[in-house]
Amino acid sequence: MLSYILKRVLATVPVMIIVAVFVFLLLRLTPGDPAAILAGDAATPAQLERIRDRLGLNDPLHIQFFTWVFQMLKGDLGTSLISNTDVGGMIVSRLGPTINIALMTIVISVALAVPMGVIAAWRHRTWVDFAVMSFSVLGFSIPVFVIGYIFIQIFAIELRWFPVQGYTAPSAGLWDFFSQAILPSLTLATIYVALIARMTRASMLEVLGEDYIRTARAKGVRENVVLFRHALRNAAVPILTIIGTGFALLISGVVVTESVFNIPGIGRLTVDAILARDYPVIQAMILLTAGIYVLVNLIIDVSYSFFDPRIRY
Amino acid sequence: MSFKPRMGTFRNTSVAAVMAGATLAAPMAFAQDDETTTLTAVMHSGLRVLDPIITTAHITRDHGYMIYDVLTAVDENFEPQPQMASWEVSDDDLTYTFTLRDGLMFHDGSPVTAEDVVASLERWGQIDSGGQLIFDRTESLEATDEKTVTWTLSEPFPPLLTVISKQSAVPPFIMPASVAATSPDETITEYIGSGPFVFEEDEYEPGVSVTYSKFEDYVPRDEPASWMAGGKVVNVDEVVWTTMPDAVTAVNALSNGEVDYIEQVQIDLLPILENAPDVVVETRDDLGYVAIGRPNFLYPPFDNKELRQAALTALDQENMLATMQGNPDYYNVCGAIFGCATPLADESGSDPVTSDDEGPEQARAMLEEAGYDGTPIVLMAPTDVISLVNQPVVAAQALREAGFEVELQSMDWQSLVQRRAQQSPVSEGGWNLFFTNWMVPEVSDPLINVMLNGRGDDAWFGWPTDPELEEMREEFIAAEDEAARKEVAVRIQEHVMDNVNYMHMGEYLIPQARSTAIEGMLPSPVPVFWNLTKGE
Repeated sequence: MLSYILKRVLATVPVMIIVAVFVFLLLRLTPGDPAAILAGDAATPAQLERIRDRLGLNDPLHIQFFTWVFQMLKGDLGTSLISNTDVGGMIVSRLGPTINIALMTIVISVALAVPMGVIAAWRHRTWVDFAVMSFSVLGFSIPVFVIGYIFIQIFAIELRWFPVQGYTAPSAGLWDFFSQAILPSLTLATIYVALIARMTRASMLEVLGEDYIRTARAKGVRENVVLFRHALRNAAVPILTIIGTGFALLISGVVVTESVFNIPGIGRLTVDAILARDYPVIQAMILLTAGIYVLVNLIIDVSYSFFDPRIRY
Repeated sequence: MSFKPRMGTFRNTSVAAVMAGATLAAPMAFAQDDETTTLTAVMHSGLRVLDPIITTAHITRDHGYMIYDVLTAVDENFEPQPQMASWEVSDDDLTYTFTLRDGLMFHDGSPVTAEDVVASLERWGQIDSGGQLIFDRTESLEATDEKTVTWTLSEPFPPLLTVISKQSAVPPFIMPASVAATSPDETITEYIGSGPFVFEEDEYEPGVSVTYSKFEDYVPRDEPASWMAGGKVVNVDEVVWTTMPDAVTAVNALSNGEVDYIEQVQIDLLPILENAPDVVVETRDDLGYVAIGRPNFLYPPFDNKELRQAALTALDQENMLATMQGNPDYYNVCGAIFGCATPLADESGSDPVTSDDEGPEQARAMLEEAGYDGTPIVLMAPTDVISLVNQPVVAAQALREAGFEVELQSMDWQSLVQRRAQQSPVSEGGWNLFFTNWMVPEVSDPLINVMLNGRGDDAWFGWPTDPELEEMREEFIAAEDEAARKEVAVRIQEHVMDNVNYMHMGEYLIPQARSTAIEGMLPSPVPVFWNLTKGE
């Protein structure tokens, strides 16, 4: 197992190198000028040229690339061209809100979706199944910002249970954190509940037709034990995959939800950096996202063997 | 700001339990001092650049007014007034002597000295176009003692006080000499001012939020506050600027009492706020903004004055502004390039763009007369800046109706910004026309308005070579009194409308909204947070 993990970690190195080269070149080929964002609308061409010189944007591409790579190897993600602040620090301050909202979303989604999917499969072709599937279709179909606005209207403006917007770190007050994080998490969870419930139902339907389930029932095992111990565990692999991928998606940025609820997360940081052509920030964000995907996929693969002992590495 | 739910509590859910578990390792809540008066403001943009000299971005200028002070400042009558210093002018108009007032202190406790003023003015003078004009005529600028700055000119420059007192793009903020020693092409890295608020660097999140606390040692002037001049009396302990990327969220947050102020409200969202209790919608700045179109003078068709005139005739302010704003309460058809409510206001020659009578027909006739050969106009249309989305679309339609071939090219603002700097022909990545906006104080004077630079390659994008305009700007500089300046300004107005240095598309206002708990907010083109109070 350890050698498998080591191999997988080493395999990420070429992936990250390819991503780094690709992102670097792609950004330099995209039109835009960070100096113009920095200096504003009234700057003269001569002033812009001097700022570009200072920022190193007039250096040959290979010099810019190797400067960045050497910085990265020293653990320095660089400095934002626009705000002149440390990129590492910017990302760390934005990761907290994103990770906390992602965790809350995944917890809500799994807590609701897995039982919904199991019950839908158990009561296949009944009104329960129909209701779960209808909810799933709705969850997929309604744009996330619409769901967000509906929740804000009901729970923040009409009932005034929670605030409209904002983010408070858990360390600054647990209730403040919870009251601000619940609506964005529920909004995001709507999609994930739909997705995970469908996957759970499909996977469970396949397993519930197996011989060992019939055998378990024939032996008189209680139905909840059949469902959750025998069937769900065997149906877990595809469900885990979808949960893991969903978590990676949530971490890599949910810019619409972050905007609607004014959460200073990774998604907004990335979009703002792209609009301002803040190259060091965009490069760091894309590498981080690639790294998160690699890591989450590794964790999913390793966890398969926990749920299905037949899988060995 | 701590939100307190009105009805009941949300408890005993598995989610809450899990989250509590997930966050157990974190230290528990800090206690907020209930006596602290904090004003939370949603600003028009996130603050990312902290150097108010290197950039003309409005949000950075606003930040500048929070933490820095200025030597002199214009009041609501456009008159320069003493702020940090009073002045005397020698009889020959060549020597300006500024004397710093008592009690001026930087946020680190050090006194503001004449050396700091000299260093700050010198850095500003290397970047600002108005500053460059003064320094072109400067013989010496020196600190003659701790509190006295002597500025000696080689030739008279009557608008000196107006230029150093300007409120926008870019005011000469006074910084410590060590900070002002930073190259004008690099951003400063220390943020110490002597203004009424202190920048809280530890709480700053670029593009997200910035916190200012009251500078207890600031000594306001005795005169009442008027625009950027007068006494800046701070009555709140903290001001927090936050950025909300979603305009609806900002409006909901104000209605719900989560924020106190929105600097700019989209016109289409006004009905939500107008029905909200405890919210006031108003116009803080009656001068407003102008929309403009800038042609490229280097290539056909707009290297031809007659075709520029035809294009101006084809366009119509009413159509443009109505599409942009919708509500006639918030726009003003007006042909004055220096702004309709400014001392230099004059509408001479603006009929083609302010009167909609037979515009397209007349433009078509002008096109025929000029022998338009069908060269398409490449019109750059930004898609990601809400205040700039409509102008190119309306203009394209009007120009097509007049007989122009128009190629409307959609792009993000960053692509436009890079492309407008290209002096190459259209076939090699150049352009013919784009639209943008300015605050009226940024165009209100021939020395401030960058579009009135007629120095070819050294001019603003579009690069007109216009010696006649340059001559008139020199006359404006040399004019000795207000009447003489006005006379030159009227000629510049006529010239710009005739030569179509740019297409002046009228004025519009952007409303602000505040909680009724905020009182005493000053009318001003720049949002200011002194003098106001926040009640319950």
